[in-house]
Amino acid sequence: MSGTISGWEIVIGLEVHLQLATRSKLFSGAATAFGAEPNTQACAIDLALPGTLPVLNRAAVEMAIRFGLAVDAEISPVSVFERKNYFYPDLPKGYQTTQLARPIVGPGHLDIELADGSAKRVRIHHAHLEEDAGKSLHEDFHGLSGIDLNRAGTPLIEIVTEPDLANAEEAVAFARKLHGIVTALGISDGDLSQGSMRFDVNISVRRPGAPLGTRTETKNLNSFRFMERAIHKEVARQIDVLESGGRIVQETRLYDGDSDTARAMRSKEEANDYRYFPCPDLLPLHVDTAWIERLRATQPELPDARRARFAADYGLSDYDAGQLAGDTATAHYFEAAAQAAGDAKLAAKWVMGEIAARLNSADLDIARCPVTPAQLGGLLRRIGDRTISNAIARQVFDALWNGAADADTVIEQQGLRQVSDSGAIAALVDQVIAANPRQVADYRAAPEAKQPKMFGFFVGQVMKASGGKADPRQVNELLAERLARPD
Amino acid sequence: MAIQRADIEKLSFLARIDITEDTLAATADGINRVLGLIDQLRAADTAGIAPLAHPLDATQRLREDAVSETVDREALQAIAPAVEAGLYLVPKVIE
Amino acid sequence: MHDLTLAEMCHGLARREFSSSELTRHLLARCAATNPVYNAFITLDDAGALTQAAAADARLAAGDAPLLCGVPIAHKDIFCTRGLRTSCGSRMLDNFVAPYDATVVERLAAAGVVSLGKTNMDEFAMGSSNETSYYGPVKNPWALDCVPGGSSGGSAAAVAARLVPGATATDTGGSIRQPAALCGVTGLKPTYGRVSRWGMIAFASSLDQAGPMARSAEDVALLLQAMAGFDERDSTCLDRPVPDYRAALDQPLDGLRIGVPAEYFGAGLNPGTEQAVREALSELERQGARLVDIRLPHSDLAVPAYYVIAPAEASANLSRFDGVRYGHRCDNPKDLRDLFMRSRAEGFGAEVQRRILIGTYCLSAGYYDAYYNKAQQVRALIRQDFLDAFAQVDLILGPTCPNPAFAFGAKGGDPVAMYLEDIYTIAANLAGLPALSMPCGLVDGKPVGVQIIGNYFDEARMLNAAHRFQQATDWHRRAPPEVAA
Repeated sequence: MSGTISGWEIVIGLEVHLQLATRSKLFSGAATAFGAEPNTQACAIDLALPGTLPVLNRAAVEMAIRFGLAVDAEISPVSVFERKNYFYPDLPKGYQTTQLARPIVGPGHLDIELADGSAKRVRIHHAHLEEDAGKSLHEDFHGLSGIDLNRAGTPLIEIVTEPDLANAEEAVAFARKLHGIVTALGISDGDLSQGSMRFDVNISVRRPGAPLGTRTETKNLNSFRFMERAIHKEVARQIDVLESGGRIVQETRLYDGDSDTARAMRSKEEANDYRYFPCPDLLPLHVDTAWIERLRATQPELPDARRARFAADYGLSDYDAGQLAGDTATAHYFEAAAQAAGDAKLAAKWVMGEIAARLNSADLDIARCPVTPAQLGGLLRRIGDRTISNAIARQVFDALWNGAADADTVIEQQGLRQVSDSGAIAALVDQVIAANPRQVADYRAAPEAKQPKMFGFFVGQVMKASGGKADPRQVNELLAERLARPD
Repeated sequence: MAIQRADIEKLSFLARIDITEDTLAATADGINRVLGLIDQLRAADTAGIAPLAHPLDATQRLREDAVSETVDREALQAIAPAVEAGLYLVPKVIE
Repeated sequence: MHDLTLAEMCHGLARREFSSSELTRHLLARCAATNPVYNAFITLDDAGALTQAAAADARLAAGDAPLLCGVPIAHKDIFCTRGLRTSCGSRMLDNFVAPYDATVVERLAAAGVVSLGKTNMDEFAMGSSNETSYYGPVKNPWALDCVPGGSSGGSAAAVAARLVPGATATDTGGSIRQPAALCGVTGLKPTYGRVSRWGMIAFASSLDQAGPMARSAEDVALLLQAMAGFDERDSTCLDRPVPDYRAALDQPLDGLRIGVPAEYFGAGLNPGTEQAVREALSELERQGARLVDIRLPHSDLAVPAYYVIAPAEASANLSRFDGVRYGHRCDNPKDLRDLFMRSRAEGFGAEVQRRILIGTYCLSAGYYDAYYNKAQQVRALIRQDFLDAFAQVDLILGPTCPNPAFAFGAKGGDPVAMYLEDIYTIAANLAGLPALSMPCGLVDGKPVGVQIIGNYFDEARMLNAAHRFQQATDWHRRAPPEVAA
């Protein structure tokens, strides 16, 4: 699957910054909630006021350990926080507290599934704990920038892969798999649009067998779609440069998803000398085996196990189970809907069908789906007990999507209950037969082999006359009987 | 190995401390005297000695994950050189 | 009244011989009158002090007064004080008012002290003479043409001049002990981790430690009792019980083993200082202590290692002063780089700049191993020297400084000459050990100090030895001639 593009082999490694879902910051007791007024979640420690000191958040450490366990990594018994020194207005201390020589999570791996169904092992070099920076807002304040430090100090783990990915599709498959794992672990809300998971992509190309080419780093991609596009774009650019006799310059690039363009950052990379050294305000972090084992024993179910369980418990195909289990929010939605519906297969069909299609066209995450699992379940129950037909179900679903409270109310208010009163349906059948004497005569005269096709016409007419509410099975039965019986 | 003008210029940038032409020579001289002092370390036999970053033989203590800080933005920004709409103002940030 | 020791003031207040308000007013008047001469204070807080004193008097009257209730002290201007400027001796923080109190300030307030103001210091605690203060140097009350030592020169001078009976200070390489020695007062740098660093502006985080200065070991014990203890806001502050320091003061010294390191009595030690220190050793021997010759073989590497480690940590600790959220900001910065570079060039004095540049150099690519890493290895060797020594002895004694106070400008041309004044004090910081200085004589009419280095968390034993020495001698009672007159 690691094929080439016009004779070039692509080499991709990822660095993923994952915001951890802690209540408070990595080194301070300030809140981490998203969307607060500027600088209302930046306390004296986050602002690096003189004399303030860091104290490490236990939950952040445990989340990092949980991640390490999920990717089969060794958890370092001793890890060390270091200072990475550089000046930037969104970095209040003038250094980022991070880990370098002794990260908390050592080498691990993650298996991804390729398009042909085969598996590929992607090695994880390490993952370390660090703090996020603030944000520079570029709206114009009389030619100045505004600095919001609410995000400063938010805990991150940075996950660094080996350069094992061979194309954009693999990179995206890895990213999605990772997303499924960290959301299943509950260590991140996985909300890409809010920057909870940000991807830096290291890309180089080479002729097969040649040494690694010069790589570029495209920073801060915050959606799978942008990541895919940015990789395609950068690969094409590098091939272009090389084929026209140019050389790749090692640089950091920014991709703008809205305009689908990328450019090199203006800040001068070569001037950086981060002068890492152990942070003297923090002591070495010791993690003992008992702690690790306690966390291992309480690891939540991960996507691969969930997939197997979906297939086994719900009788879903392996493919369907994979579709539903890979993404945690989808899996939770599905399970809740299945329970509410009392029919897992029907729930699976709807979640992968109607729900997925609607979310896609509205560009929404399943977490923001206007129809709750309980609402969907209520609707599916009415299909199951034949209160409504599939066709009417779509109509009810529309109403739920647009804010209706529950399926039963919609069915009652709009009078959508399926008509299964055989007397009423027989009357409609009589009415249709009386109104279409020529078609009835043709049908009766036709050879038996042709009749089924002609039969559909009468079903359609009866259903139309019932406003779609007639029970199709009864319609079929009564029509067949009536047409077989001469007038 | 005395440091030169180019070294001072690099350090000045890394440390973000402007060093004017008229103080550069004196700055270099002072630093070189100190480097002369610390170069005595070279004579020390430290083979196999683990560096000691911290005098304490202790482990990092952990804080429970609770929001314990209330942020009084007004008080914190009363000491800031330039703020507007709750933001700290700086010359244009160019990435 | 000002000639009373801190312990005596406590007694007087408790027995209502005088009120805290009277005492406070008296000392504030002395501060105001002498500050133009000594320059010991950067900020005097008359209004705040009188309010605290009135509150203390109310508690004393109500009979629920804590130990130090109503005793006036001063804080080194490195400790953040809510609502009162904390400058750290720097133009950078000339306008800085912290919205919080340092733990040390908080604890002493809880013990009932009244804070008269903030004492002068070398800029960001970087100096051994107080000459680097943005607010001008402090004068040594014993000799106005001489330095008080540094960086806690203001606190030492204020105690020596009887402006306050005690003061807080900090020590990164000798900044409590050296000015204590030069001003003839008693000062203690506790074990690293004994006192919280929260709210204390960092110079070199793995070396900095806060401690008290006062006239006697007993007074130091009283202040340390209030300052020491666990603080969850400082990851490097240890959760260990705090002993009753005063309870152990009078223990006899029989059988106490005192190590005398040959390296602390070598070339460069002033003969007068050496004689005074040897006499102090003899006094302790008379009281039953046994002197043991010991070696601290890596002593000569302490200063070089320190001038890598301290500047390296400082170079990062002082990066937060960037003109964005507080502190000095240059006028009309033309871009971000200009904002940073000019604000910091204008805000920091020459010595601070030099140390930041040296620290930056020692950490930069290509030099980290030769300097930073090597210095931390040497630090391990120095600590091992002490561990070996403490296997044989209970305390280590020697001079605090090689010389008595020197004249202003005497070390001006050469930073290294200044650095070598801390040659005996730095090793204790590198190892994180507690160390104390107390007066033990006069040389050319100027005080000299004896240093007691203890094992980890062994402050009680050090104070015991110091107190017994002070019971038998009167060096700690001597006042500068002008003050005594």
